Amino acid sequence: MREVALLVLGAGPAGLAAATEARSQGLDVLLLDENAAPGGQVHRGVGEFYRPSADAPGAAQAREGLALIEAARASGAEMRGGATFWAIEDDLTVSWSEGGTAHQARAGRVILCPGAVERALPIPGWTLPGVMGVGAAQILLKTAGLVPEGRTWMAGQGPLLWLYAAQLLAKGGTLAGIIDMSPAGAWRQAIRHLPMALMKPGPLLQGLSWMRRVRADVPVIRARDVEALGDGKLRGLRFDGREEAADLLLLHDGVVPNTQVTRALQGCAHVWDAAQASFRPVLDEWGNASLPGVMVAGDGGGIGGARAAALSGRIAAIEAARALGRLTAEQRDAAAGRPMLRRRSEMAPRAFLDALFPPLGMDRVADGTVVCRCEEVTAGRVRAAVSLGAQGPNQLKAFLRAGMGPCQGRVCGPVVHALVASSRGIAAGDLMPLRTRFPVKPITVAELATLK
Amino acid sequence: MFRRTAPTDCAISWNGVEIAAREGESLAAALLAAGILHFRDTAVSGSPRGPLCLMGACFDCLVEVEGEPNRQACLVPVTPGLSARIQAGARAPR
Ligand SMILES: Cc1cc2nc3c(=O)[nH]c(=O)nc-3n(C[C@H](O)[C@H](O)[C@H](O)COP(=O)(O)OP(=O)(O)OC[C@H]3O[C@@H](n4cnc5c(N)ncnc54)[C@H](O)[C@@H]3O)c2cc1C
Repeated sequence: MREVALLVLGAGPAGLAAATEARSQGLDVLLLDENAAPGGQVHRGVGEFYRPSADAPGAAQAREGLALIEAARASGAEMRGGATFWAIEDDLTVSWSEGGTAHQARAGRVILCPGAVERALPIPGWTLPGVMGVGAAQILLKTAGLVPEGRTWMAGQGPLLWLYAAQLLAKGGTLAGIIDMSPAGAWRQAIRHLPMALMKPGPLLQGLSWMRRVRADVPVIRARDVEALGDGKLRGLRFDGREEAADLLLLHDGVVPNTQVTRALQGCAHVWDAAQASFRPVLDEWGNASLPGVMVAGDGGGIGGARAAALSGRIAAIEAARALGRLTAEQRDAAAGRPMLRRRSEMAPRAFLDALFPPLGMDRVADGTVVCRCEEVTAGRVRAAVSLGAQGPNQLKAFLRAGMGPCQGRVCGPVVHALVASSRGIAAGDLMPLRTRFPVKPITVAELATLK
Repeated sequence: MFRRTAPTDCAISWNGVEIAAREGESLAAALLAAGILHFRDTAVSGSPRGPLCLMGACFDCLVEVEGEPNRQACLVPVTPGLSARIQAGARAPR
């Protein structure tokens, strides 16, 4: 079998920076990403299709992304796009598929940088074609230059909602309205984190300027509940008793770490992060997980944003170089000193943002609303199963098949988890998360048969 | 529903009908740009679905590509002449 010193999963800022740093420490590096082009979520299409004008919202970030991509390309790391990772074994044998063919390699070290996914925001009618994530619309803008037309609404909360709204307006798009579902009193909780956030005021000021720009052009309406209406496709919305026509509805409720791979690893410890209301793998300051040889960097280890992701990728690669005998512990500490300080400063606004946009509570979700889209399981059926004795998401999967469909709980996992906790009246952190299993992405038998 | 801000450069086929696309963009983007929202029918109730996340997580954009079912349209890059079809839902009876 092929051997490689370092395998990096994910070519977002974390993975790109990890690969570049590891190469400069003399390690051979294999970098896999299922997307054809590198960049991850934030730098999608950068250097290819996404070339924002210098004053467009997000343009400075795109320049940082281009630098990361170019550095990784120049580093000599082997970058493989269209490569879907599906398993990792105890001896660090990694399996992935490319164009219908399966591959394996044994790695000396693995740095997992799988990023984040949007937290689902279940509302009645959200399975109708025409209802999508805000992140999805942003991907269409960055990778294909698509701008919504017709009556476009956004609903939910979080920084990405305001960023995308500003990006869309800058591209000449229009919005019929934004339904702001953020809890009214959240700023009272957030305010105590403000002094810390002001140590790094840039992102907050930028966020405020996006909000101002958007509010000048778009009606922003506060509402607690939204319903998508239509038959076969989205035709309208209902919120607070009012009805409006709609062609496209974009939902957002923040992002959560993508722990699909780490949760499938037997014995890889995770903790509940109350501030971010999600599970994350237990990591030391270098990114070492609780299993030997397995490291995590970037949003997959806890949401920190693009810059913190790149810094943690770099830090993890420096530690990998030590573990593989390229650096002594002293050399490692010296090399990681500055990136560690910078990461601390990049993380300064996080507690404020987390407190400002706490995820929307599950008590709002009506019994008739679908929560597991693959298996079409409603909140009411989850609540009924809990009252029959289902203790947590893993039992619910057996009761109702929730989490057993093709998405393997990527979308419904956090929702069902929160729903079970709220129906049982216990803290979400006291429930075991949904166990995931390899292969973490579906593969065909024909693909498996190509393994030598 | 969506408007292109950049030109198309090739054609692909959806259910046998030709639509304009740009090489390298995702199949899902090409379909949405052509006004197609309905990608598949669900296996459980047969109800229509289109993409939710476009980042490989939700599996709601599953279509048939060159005769192969269950392909995530958001992860399939457009190549000239690509042929794709709506994915019918029904799962084998249980
Ligand atoms: C939809 C979305 C949009 C976002 N937009 C912004 C934005 O505009 N600005 C901003 O500051 N932040 C944005 N974020 C937040 C974002 O998570 C971080 O800023 C940053 O992208 C995190 O970097 P990362 O390297 O940790 O992960 P990512 O950039 O998410 O990269 C992870 C990579 O891993 C790959 N991957 C995951 N699983 C597999 C697998 N099984 N096989 C192969 N490859 C895999 C993915 O394809 C992806 O390219 C967005 C997040 C989401 C979910």
